[in-house]
Amino acid sequence: MLNPISLAFKKAKKEKRPALLTYTVAGDSSKKQSLEILKAISNYADILEVGVPHNTPVADGGQIQTSSYRAIKNGIKMNDIFKIVKDFKTSKNSKPIILMGYYNMIFQYGENNFLKKCKRSGVNGLIVVDLPWPENKIFSKKCKKNSINFIQLLSPTTSNERLKSITKDSHDMIYYISMLSTTGGKLKVSPNKILANYNKIKKTNPKKNCVIGFGITEKTISNFKNTDGLVVGSQICKEITRCLNNRQNPVINVSKMVSKLRKKIS
Amino acid sequence: MKLKKGIPVIDQGDKLGFWGGKFGGNFVPETLKKPIEDLEIQFNKLKNDKNFIRERDKYFKNWIGTPTRFIKLNNLTKHVGGAQIWSKVVSDANGGAHKIYNATVHCLLAKKSGKKMIIGDTGAGYAGKMLSMAAKKFGLKCKIFMGAKDIKRQQPNVKAMKKNGADVIPVYSGSQTLVDAVSECMRYWVANCDTTAMCVGSTVGPAIFVRICGWSTSQISRELKIQLINEFGAVPKKLKLYNCVGGGSSSFGFWNEFMDYDKKQVEFIGVEAGGPAKSKRHAAPLTYGSKIGILHGAAQYVNQDSDGQIEETESISAGLDYPGISPLHCFLKDTKRARYTAASDEEALKAYQIVTKYENLRPSLEPSHAFSVAIKEAKKFSKNTIVIINSCGDAYKDRGILEKKLGKKYVKSN
Repeated sequence: MLNPISLAFKKAKKEKRPALLTYTVAGDSSKKQSLEILKAISNYADILEVGVPHNTPVADGGQIQTSSYRAIKNGIKMNDIFKIVKDFKTSKNSKPIILMGYYNMIFQYGENNFLKKCKRSGVNGLIVVDLPWPENKIFSKKCKKNSINFIQLLSPTTSNERLKSITKDSHDMIYYISMLSTTGGKLKVSPNKILANYNKIKKTNPKKNCVIGFGITEKTISNFKNTDGLVVGSQICKEITRCLNNRQNPVINVSKMVSKLRKKIS
Repeated sequence: MKLKKGIPVIDQGDKLGFWGGKFGGNFVPETLKKPIEDLEIQFNKLKNDKNFIRERDKYFKNWIGTPTRFIKLNNLTKHVGGAQIWSKVVSDANGGAHKIYNATVHCLLAKKSGKKMIIGDTGAGYAGKMLSMAAKKFGLKCKIFMGAKDIKRQQPNVKAMKKNGADVIPVYSGSQTLVDAVSECMRYWVANCDTTAMCVGSTVGPAIFVRICGWSTSQISRELKIQLINEFGAVPKKLKLYNCVGGGSSSFGFWNEFMDYDKKQVEFIGVEAGGPAKSKRHAAPLTYGSKIGILHGAAQYVNQDSDGQIEETESISAGLDYPGISPLHCFLKDTKRARYTAASDEEALKAYQIVTKYENLRPSLEPSHAFSVAIKEAKKFSKNTIVIINSCGDAYKDRGILEKKLGKKYVKSN
């Protein structure tokens, strides 16, 4: 049987569009609200990435940092994040969940404990920003044993040799970082160049679902219709910040934004 | 866990860059794997290249000004009573602190790899000041990331950086100190690693940066060993080397050449920042038994909560105000080669007062931490014990803080 993440890709493919992946930070701006946001956007998104906020991130741009600090300031803890996922998973119309964060949070929880908790709360995949290949070999095997997708990252600086080894060790999904940037950077590379790299990855292993992230927004998303999946993160975090500053309801506005994103690739 | 003899400590890490199997490593985003690997290849080649060493030594000698003085503190020795107290005055180095060695080596490497821009982090402002000096010397553009809180409290160094033509980028996230500056600098590198070289200001960060920095600051102990032999005819039978430890670059450099000596002969004492006497937010992860965690790409003892969020620290000395510690020092602690303790803000200030009262020496607040412990312990040692404190920074940058805490006369009289 296919796992929920692969199923989500399959469904999108059937509808002849890329899967839409969103990224929001758990606990932003509160535990309750971040759950509400997840529930609202799951009407339009195919897979939901849930950010585990960390206070010394080495790859996040300003928008996601702002969301993360807000969540930490509001007291979010690792166990609250598992609770949010569990509550979301028991709601109707739930979607696959990928936790995305930094390794220290997993290390402090204990790898085995962390995976046990992931399984229990319904987490389907993990992206660990600062645990690259080959450092992640042991942990990714543990994930596989627990039926959790460990998602390998590739970037424009990844050599061909590394690309082959990493795709070989990857599970069902791969994440391609579109450009040299922290999250939320402006797309500074032409879509054609990004797609060329994307195709190179697909050629190496056509079976793996490859998503593109970094620099994907309402403005740029329609350039990438012929891909397996696209991740939008910073723009959503930015919208939450904007809503909070203008005393508007982030749940409604973010949901509108994700619905628009979905239309642009359908 | 064991320290090997005959192999430089910086080269004792395993394939993945871990010392003792668990400290250090490369916890970095995929994007940085390639630039880090490039730097590793370049450094591993050049550190054994005679021409490169000659070039480095030329700049160290003619530009940085080696060797820095090794002096006996006669009045302080008399006042304390006990061991002979000496100081290695590393603040003699061009720019006023040990950070110049690492900055120079990084600029040399950047130049050789064809990079046009170099970026760096800074806490007390020394790493930034030195990088801006070296960048200017080697014709590189320079950006320095500095916590907004540190910019306020270390103005003399900020002015120096700007004068050298560097962009000083204030960092407003988190505690607005060194920890956030390093994060922001690494983030900038993630986005610009194709054109830009990064210099990490201490023996922290991904393994290659720990190694380059340790290799560079080891100049201090190379000089000291020669100076000791000139002074005493041999490395003394009872030698104690005191050094403050923030990230750990000056202490590692001060000790490296003596690593293979028995600790009964050459003892290393690292002094961390205990923070204000009543505060729990110390910057002393080795002294107060912090847990291992990941910070800025490396596994190390680090102040953190049970979830793994890095905790804010508090210290009068911006240069020591860092929640983590070099993987090298974690390794030296667990192999029991070095001993670590802490001094509080108040103790450091007191030591500064004592040193400046008796000697014509002005250690900055960072080495004042080391002086505090050395003075306390020297009392108990025999006369043939040689105590050396690395005075790795000059108090000029601390004028504002010293004036506020101790009054004008302590600033003016020096």
